[in-house]
Amino acid sequence: MNIVRNHILISIDAGTLMAGARAVEDALIKELTKYGLDKEVSVLETGSLGITGRGVVLVVYPEGIYYADVTIKDVPELVEEHLLKGRPLKRLILTEAPKRTIITKEKTGLLKEQPRIVLKNCGFINPENIDEYIAAGGYEAIAKALQTMTPEDVVNEVKESGLLGRGGAGFPTGLKWEFAIKTPGDEKFVICNADEGEPGTFKDRLILEGDPHKLLEGMLIAGYAIRATTGFVYIRGEYSLSIERIEKAISDARSYGLLGKNILESNFSFDIFVKKGAGAYVCGEETALIESLEGKRGHPRNKPPFPINAGLWGKPTLVNNVETLANVPEIIRNGAAWYKGYGTEKCSGTKVYTILGHVATPGLIETEMGTTLKDIIFEYGGGIREGKAFKGALIGGAAGAFIGPEMLDVKMDFINLREYAAALGSGAILVMNEDTDMVDMLKSVLHFFKHESCGHCAPCRLGTAKLVDIIDEIAALKGKKEDLERMVEITQAMKNASFCPLGQSVSLPVSSALKYFRDEFMARVS
Amino acid sequence: MTSEHPCQCAQVSEEELYPRLEEMIEQHKGKPTELIMALHKAQNLFGYLPKKAQEIISERLNVPISTVCGVISFYSFFSTVPKGRHSIKVCLGTACYVRGGQQTLEKVEKELNTKVGGTTDDRRFSVDVVRCIGACGLAPAMLVDNDVYGRVKSTKIMEILNKYE
Repeated sequence: MNIVRNHILISIDAGTLMAGARAVEDALIKELTKYGLDKEVSVLETGSLGITGRGVVLVVYPEGIYYADVTIKDVPELVEEHLLKGRPLKRLILTEAPKRTIITKEKTGLLKEQPRIVLKNCGFINPENIDEYIAAGGYEAIAKALQTMTPEDVVNEVKESGLLGRGGAGFPTGLKWEFAIKTPGDEKFVICNADEGEPGTFKDRLILEGDPHKLLEGMLIAGYAIRATTGFVYIRGEYSLSIERIEKAISDARSYGLLGKNILESNFSFDIFVKKGAGAYVCGEETALIESLEGKRGHPRNKPPFPINAGLWGKPTLVNNVETLANVPEIIRNGAAWYKGYGTEKCSGTKVYTILGHVATPGLIETEMGTTLKDIIFEYGGGIREGKAFKGALIGGAAGAFIGPEMLDVKMDFINLREYAAALGSGAILVMNEDTDMVDMLKSVLHFFKHESCGHCAPCRLGTAKLVDIIDEIAALKGKKEDLERMVEITQAMKNASFCPLGQSVSLPVSSALKYFRDEFMARVS
Repeated sequence: MTSEHPCQCAQVSEEELYPRLEEMIEQHKGKPTELIMALHKAQNLFGYLPKKAQEIISERLNVPISTVCGVISFYSFFSTVPKGRHSIKVCLGTACYVRGGQQTLEKVEKELNTKVGGTTDDRRFSVDVVRCIGACGLAPAMLVDNDVYGRVKSTKIMEILNKYE
């Protein structure tokens, strides 16, 4: 029998591919073969290890040692030192890694061991191999649901877990499912919203790339629970690797009988199809997404009726975000009570964040709901780059809120942030250092909204254009003091009168920027 | 993986590609809901959406030409004018903006002597702006065709672009 003593997991995602991950992988295999180690050491591809901007990243097990910025030139030394002689190559070791890879045993310098629910398999299994997902307990939850639970039981379990939708709004998932199951209809659909377009957010991409089967399993469970027959993954056209991986996952699942007719010999039949988006931020809004799925311009629809009553082709349709659906298999497998053990009383479970901007180690993390912003930035993000001071952050993407240093101790969850007129949104945390020009930041956000306003309704179309005019004037030192109030007035009108959340949410960045950084704006106007 | 070469017009004339288009959209025939998928294929084939291709898609899928035009103009992915052989997309999402995306764009514009939305005279490059490509950890980021470049420094831009003929 062939005994493998070391496993090298190499992160294959958009970032590492760019840095030449495939070339490093080939070089590793070649070098190992040279020493005759290719039978003892296996090289495996995995999804993102949650570390970005550090070139090719890989981890060697069983030691659990992370290497970053690995190039082809480093490979001979790495193989000779670590894998032949058993001496880890110190100069390439990524020291800040253990803080992110929270499930591993090495927890140096951690506050406490953090749970990984959504990203459990990311960076541990080969996302292109269905067997590895199954070996990690995959598709156990759908089997459990089909064999021991009625659709109503599944809905109740999700409801009981307190899972809130992770797409941004934080609507209770179980409640949505309950509406869906109660809506009569001979044909129902499940849509996974993977049109991740919120600037600063790439959590869904890394889930899709790192553990596509988990999403499929979540969709299967949702389909069973609401008695749907077909699922769609609506995915950004730009996410080519995600599309490739999810398509492979679907075809593998079909060949294993996990998608299609009579799944696991039950009466439940369900299939999933991928649909590509074509570059429109507004399509992240569920009714606009449905229009786009129907092959039309992505204009949002009037609500009500909500998609749950009349969605895709007028049929009852459940729309859930990638991260939401990725939570579901674990909830069904381990039970609602287990899930409620994580997070806060009102907001259970974990949240996947992307930390970006002026932090030492930007990347992806998963941590319990209720973790403070301070811990996220300073413990996981490694603090501010180049020893500069923290000035503020933009939380939840462009449709999110700016916050100042006084907000650092606030516990992050959907419910709690609402009390501070902020929103967790998509979980993007853009950190800004003391040198950041807040007027310029708001300008960038407003230009974004003007560009992405779909033109369907007047308040948003005209409002975003007017806001851009005003902020450009302020940035060019031609603004007046009244302009600041005028911006707030416009966004309030947009909040009240816009057709969809795109226009409604512009008030959040504007009012929060003016609240926390008013002095800076005042200094620019006459 | 399907071939994603963005533009094949350099080797083959546009006329010769129409039979291929017919073949590629055969599966979407009479299905108006698959318009966007059909447009994706056509744009991959031609590098843009010529009027004749729009007409063929309109007819085969049974969608009025006005609707086809409406959909094309709505989505930023689609273009009705010929593009360069390679597409450069500079990200100006918030994360890239704060890390110098604007400077990247200015440098690209200056070096190629063209503006956003434009194409170089030799049709080698088209320059566009995107709002977030999900590579925020690598900000400022830039896409050339399907390749993502992160931590783009002004001094490195020509080095990157020289890889594309």
